[in-house]
Amino acid sequence: MQTWIPLWLPGETAHASAVDLLFAGLLASSVLVLVLLFFLMGRFAVHYRAGNAGADRDHRTKKSWHWEVSWTAATLLAFLGLFVWGAQLYMRLQDAPADALPVYVVAKQWMWKVQHLGGQREINELHVPLGSAVRLIMSSQDVIHSFFIPAFRIKHDVVPGTTETLWFKPRKAGVYHLFCAEYCGTDHSRMTGRIVVMEQTDFEQWLAHQDVSGTMAEEGGRLFRQFGCGGCHGAGAAVRAPQLDGLYGKAVPLSDGSIRIADERYIRDSILKPRARIAAGYQALMPSYEGKIGEGELVQIVAYIKSLAGDARPPR
Amino acid sequence: MTARNYLTEDNSLRSWFFTTDHKRVAVLYAASITLFFFIGGAAATIIRLELATPQADLVTSDVYNRLFTIHGVIMVWFFLIPSIPATLGNFVVPLMIGARDLAFPRLNLTSWYLFVLGGGVTLYAVFAGGIDTGWTFYAPFSTMYSNSHVVLAVTGVFIAGFSSILTGLNFIVTIHRLRAPGLTWYRLPLFLWSLYSTSVILVLATPVLAMTLLLVALDRFAGIGIFDPARGGDPLLFQHLFWFYSHPAVYIMILPGMGVVSELISVYSRKAVFGYKFVAWSAVAIAVVGFFVWGHHMFVSGQSPFAGLVFSFMSFIVAVPSAIKVFNWTATMHKGFIRFDAPMLYALAFIGLFTIGGLTGLFLACLAYDVYVTDTYFVVAHFHYIMVGGMVTAYFGGLHYWWPKITGRMYPEYWARAAAILIFFGFNMTFFPQFILGILGMPRRYHVYPPEFQVWHVMSSAGASILAVAYLLPLFYLGWSMFFGKRAPSNPWQATGLEWQTPSPPPSHNFATTPVVKRNPYDYSLEGEARPQNA
Repeated sequence: MQTWIPLWLPGETAHASAVDLLFAGLLASSVLVLVLLFFLMGRFAVHYRAGNAGADRDHRTKKSWHWEVSWTAATLLAFLGLFVWGAQLYMRLQDAPADALPVYVVAKQWMWKVQHLGGQREINELHVPLGSAVRLIMSSQDVIHSFFIPAFRIKHDVVPGTTETLWFKPRKAGVYHLFCAEYCGTDHSRMTGRIVVMEQTDFEQWLAHQDVSGTMAEEGGRLFRQFGCGGCHGAGAAVRAPQLDGLYGKAVPLSDGSIRIADERYIRDSILKPRARIAAGYQALMPSYEGKIGEGELVQIVAYIKSLAGDARPPR
Repeated sequence: MTARNYLTEDNSLRSWFFTTDHKRVAVLYAASITLFFFIGGAAATIIRLELATPQADLVTSDVYNRLFTIHGVIMVWFFLIPSIPATLGNFVVPLMIGARDLAFPRLNLTSWYLFVLGGGVTLYAVFAGGIDTGWTFYAPFSTMYSNSHVVLAVTGVFIAGFSSILTGLNFIVTIHRLRAPGLTWYRLPLFLWSLYSTSVILVLATPVLAMTLLLVALDRFAGIGIFDPARGGDPLLFQHLFWFYSHPAVYIMILPGMGVVSELISVYSRKAVFGYKFVAWSAVAIAVVGFFVWGHHMFVSGQSPFAGLVFSFMSFIVAVPSAIKVFNWTATMHKGFIRFDAPMLYALAFIGLFTIGGLTGLFLACLAYDVYVTDTYFVVAHFHYIMVGGMVTAYFGGLHYWWPKITGRMYPEYWARAAAILIFFGFNMTFFPQFILGILGMPRRYHVYPPEFQVWHVMSSAGASILAVAYLLPLFYLGWSMFFGKRAPSNPWQATGLEWQTPSPPPSHNFATTPVVKRNPYDYSLEGEARPQNA
């Protein structure tokens, strides 16, 4: 499909098509303005050139504010339309479908590390099934990176110290570029990879053929015990700490009176910065695990805690 | 030449380096930013050479990263920001308002010394091994991970920032206090409205840059961790602080250009600027609204999507006054007596290129589309259309327009027109392909890239070689004209502004007697005859 002079990159999700339509709208309005402007400038430049003494220069426009108000109002209206168009598409991008398949991504200088729920790991590649929505739960262990799939018209920064998410639903099997779009140091331009979209059955086969030492939740469960989390969070523990069964996706009342939805970012923050938000009715006893748990281990523990909520839906 | 002028007053080197004459300070600035322009341009040349092939073949990635950082830092802070204000502005502000000098002549010289000191420190950082953070210094890369001379470079920019603040302050006070009798606000040439608006931004926004850079330095030196999440800091805080300065700074880099173009379109159309008050107030509107759009650099950064909505909306709003200016310039040409001297060619090129840059800015203000093309070559092309196609073109237009006043010599017209046309074609050939690269999904700041993008990179590099030659041309013919050009009369363009009612070059004290302003600016008869503001 590579042509000698590429002019267009086909969009391969429904969102990409919607973005391409928006692009067409932006382009059409811009071309309209440019053609009008260049026509007028060209016409005035030729007709009213100093050498053309015969041109009619009488009856110059006097009441300029008529014109000013008209073109200001027209510009404003057109801009408002474009704003609303772009904004509603953007807001739709914020909420992943309820049945989206979660995949964990950890960015570091200069690679993308991926882990599937079943424990399958990949580096600089992401295999996903056709026709199902995929929700990436992304974190960085050093600087800011940005996960960019041009064919899907999406990107999102991966910021250290927090969890960011991004979702897409491919509609055509194939291999697509994955780029890091936020400058991250020496090998920024080599922090690239492939998104491999496979038929559902091929994907299952692919998953089955990977070496795994356990699902993410199992690995996370092992770490959970290794770090002694169950000593406080387990059933019948001596210290009273919030129970984690069924936590994911729930609304958690906090000691300051506010309420937070227990999403991936909340669970992660509670492990690394436990004193920042205290669940209502509990003591601030938990030590911080900042620096003690690697980014890859952290996502496994988060996956384990999520698994305690059973068939968890992504939080809305 | 009989009468003594500011150039012939005293020829000693000492008289130049200790001058408080705004005209001489302007010349000092012009010489220094020319040097920086060619240093930044040299970095760009190597970048374009490297990108002619998808592989790394000319420099290593570390060197490449240093090159685009140097290019950005030098061009933004040591060429674009001082370009029109500190050279053309410095020279013509007192002349346009009928004053002997700026309000604070010594402060003006101090500005230049700070600029040179800041530039010197930055150049030292470059030659001591360079900086690889990009001109945006994003944390935590700049604060914790980069092994380059970040502290030195931010110190250089920090120092240069004070020269901006002082220049802005000087212009504000001068325009308020030193206007000639009869020169009311609505009789001010539009260039001064632009510079006034620019100065307000310089004074209000630059301190935020200084604080941000200070925090970066403290983070590196003392490890205060303000941008380090592991210590409770926030990397996004850096972006908010940085863009709170740097987006308004974009308007610092375009408003003066708009001011120059307002002057040029009027004088070469032999007509008053259409909708004077709308053009004047649109500059103020851009300066004010420009403070509330910074978050449009952060639509995919993880900032709240609702903040994204507000910033997108404000970004569309800030584009309205720019559109108003473009419409008014075009309307100014209607029924004029249009002449095509080189400055007018630059002005026309400015309108076209700035409009393309502005319209593609709407693509980027539009949330869902920005998610796709932000951090790609689309952004690179967009801001080069504004900064280079806009500001640099306006700078060259203004430089040619006021050249007779500054040097007392005419520039060679045909060479100048040829250069203007060559710059226009070279520029478009360099940067238009970059829009297509962005639309194809090519990320920016990439040293190596997938081979399918190569054809557009080759075209861009070919255009850049034309552009490089085109930018060198004025250096030669303007240099020649300084010594051998035809002597310039006091008002070679038959313009109305006060700066043209005194000899070229002006005497050190500018005017023999303080002019009394009796007319609006741009007062031309129906036949295109100029009626000077003091006549």
